Amino acid sequence: MYRYDEFDHGFVAARVDQFRDQVARRLTGELTEDQFKPLRLMNGVYLQLHAYMLRIAIPYGTLSSKQLRMLGHIARTYDRGYGHFTTRQNLQFNWPALKDIPAVLDDLAKVEMHALQTSGNCIRNVTTDHFAGAAADEITDPRPYAEILRQWSSIHPEFSFLPRKFKIAVTGAPKDRAAIQVHDIGLELKRGPDGGIGFAVYVGGGQGRTPMIAHKVRDYLAEEDLLAYVEAIMRVYNLHGRRDNKYKARIKILVHETGAEEITRQIEAEFVEVRKTELLRLPDSEIERITAYFAPPVLAEKPARSSAFEAAKADSAAFADFATYNVTPHKAAGYGVVTISLKPIGGIPGDATDVQMEAIADLADAYSQGEIRVSHEQNLVLPHVALDDMPALYAKLAEHGLATGNAGLVTDIIACPGLDYCALANARSIPLAQDLSNRFGSPERQKEIGELKIKISGCINACGHHHVGHIGLLGVDRRGEEVYQITLGGSGDETASVGTLVGPGFKTEEVVDAVETVVDTYLKLREGPDEPFLAAVRRLGQQPFKEALYGTA
Amino acid sequence: MSAPIQKSAAKTKAATQIVTANRLSDGVVVYLAPDGGWIDRIDSALVAEGADALAEAVAAGKAAEAAQEVVESYPIDVTRDGGRLKPLRLREEIRAVGPTVRPDLLRPTGV
Repeated sequence: MYRYDEFDHGFVAARVDQFRDQVARRLTGELTEDQFKPLRLMNGVYLQLHAYMLRIAIPYGTLSSKQLRMLGHIARTYDRGYGHFTTRQNLQFNWPALKDIPAVLDDLAKVEMHALQTSGNCIRNVTTDHFAGAAADEITDPRPYAEILRQWSSIHPEFSFLPRKFKIAVTGAPKDRAAIQVHDIGLELKRGPDGGIGFAVYVGGGQGRTPMIAHKVRDYLAEEDLLAYVEAIMRVYNLHGRRDNKYKARIKILVHETGAEEITRQIEAEFVEVRKTELLRLPDSEIERITAYFAPPVLAEKPARSSAFEAAKADSAAFADFATYNVTPHKAAGYGVVTISLKPIGGIPGDATDVQMEAIADLADAYSQGEIRVSHEQNLVLPHVALDDMPALYAKLAEHGLATGNAGLVTDIIACPGLDYCALANARSIPLAQDLSNRFGSPERQKEIGELKIKISGCINACGHHHVGHIGLLGVDRRGEEVYQITLGGSGDETASVGTLVGPGFKTEEVVDAVETVVDTYLKLREGPDEPFLAAVRRLGQQPFKEALYGTA
Repeated sequence: MSAPIQKSAAKTKAATQIVTANRLSDGVVVYLAPDGGWIDRIDSALVAEGADALAEAVAAGKAAEAAQEVVESYPIDVTRDGGRLKPLRLREEIRAVGPTVRPDLLRPTGV
């Protein structure tokens, strides 16, 4: 993985010192809250319902065991013994005292981490496929390109005060696990006509109060032009993006109001100008230099079939479920990519304790080359595990409550922090996720239902990605009461779509039953177990679900 | 595992008001106390009865912000419910007691 060079170390250390001074000045009253707020946000510090919240950047969701161990240490030393992995592949601590945050940032810097650009109207953490560098279906590892974008966008003077925040996602596989079409810029790595590496470029996707699927503005962009083209997009957005209304300030609104054809013309024209300077042309040597940091680990050769793995599956139904749902094919024979579900039945999606973080760090060292990934679905991933080691790994995960075999199933629910923590929320998300998890939690029920992604947001900002949930749940405040709207048919994958509101919302005491009605309707009407929920909704439309939920009018 | 989900008590009873904020140094939820200080237990908060008392309490909150004791002070509606003060809005109830999904982290409200 990427290692800081002298410049990176110096830059992060300088920023920590700067923020320490700003915190000290705030605590002595030299800075008012109005003066301090933009400064703390630039360093990932929010003020939420109960306390300050620190959002830590995990670039493209890649962590070393050393880094995860440090996050566990911080959780125990400065927080309340846990952290929350987010849909942005980041980690949030919910309880740090402001006076302690400089010390937290010092500890993060020791393991080459920081909290910069996790807030504010800048280019945020570049996200990518959580199976990057390991997945069998990958064309190439997207993380070197994400790292190049990270370096280019960090304190970029032209793009630090954009009309609104800006999110870029990159996938290196045709199976889109990074939800690139609901990002401001989505990049899909692909092979060009000459066999070289390049990108399909999507612009103007996003969720929030105005969900939109991105438009493809380039079918193929050579890799050497990555920065020049992204710079061109940013310049068009920075110049023409609205600053008069924060709800209309994202690039998706600009693309929508300008039209995809015209925005493409503007981007291409700007690209010609940027390219003339040659300043942003990515030399092969630089791509190779960054790519070297992400060199695949040297894995011992193994036969494709592991008798230990097969025997354990035959021996234990729980392990067989884990193997089916939580182990994904690796590009190397005899290895698998393991999803560690942070969705125990009835648990809080995305939360991990200090002890769990340290345990996973140890397991990464023992079984996965010291590497961990954070998924936007709020799970952790061990990317390089020998099939022979799976039974032992599973047993150790189980000791820490981390062996739930439900990845991609109905209980693998995304939920934002919601009104239990978040100052923006209108309704709670986590208790609903817990109640749904308990309702559908039996292994038999989950297997019968098959792949089904439920995503819950506690407000229209859609941090819980409800717009792209196969079943999306949006909490709203209706005259002081929590009410949940249901959308159906959303998807964040390569067939991206925004879910459609099925009808009036449901009260708290009704919504779990309503979701079960939707699921039962699917089970009744599907063509068979091979037709997943999303495919059935797309085939059937909303009507049968409306009728089941509201009766026939 | 999840806590029972309660309805907000909004519009069920006539409201009185108290002033809340977050403490500057650690962000902890606090309430304006009768002695002019800030306390973390809602039941000990100064209850502002009437417009003049409320204006005075809100002014005290703003003064505490200016004095860098607290951040983002504002009045909230509460009702007296037995021996305790109960916020009318669910958001404020959660601020008073802590996340409903972490019973181990619930904070005391009593005097």
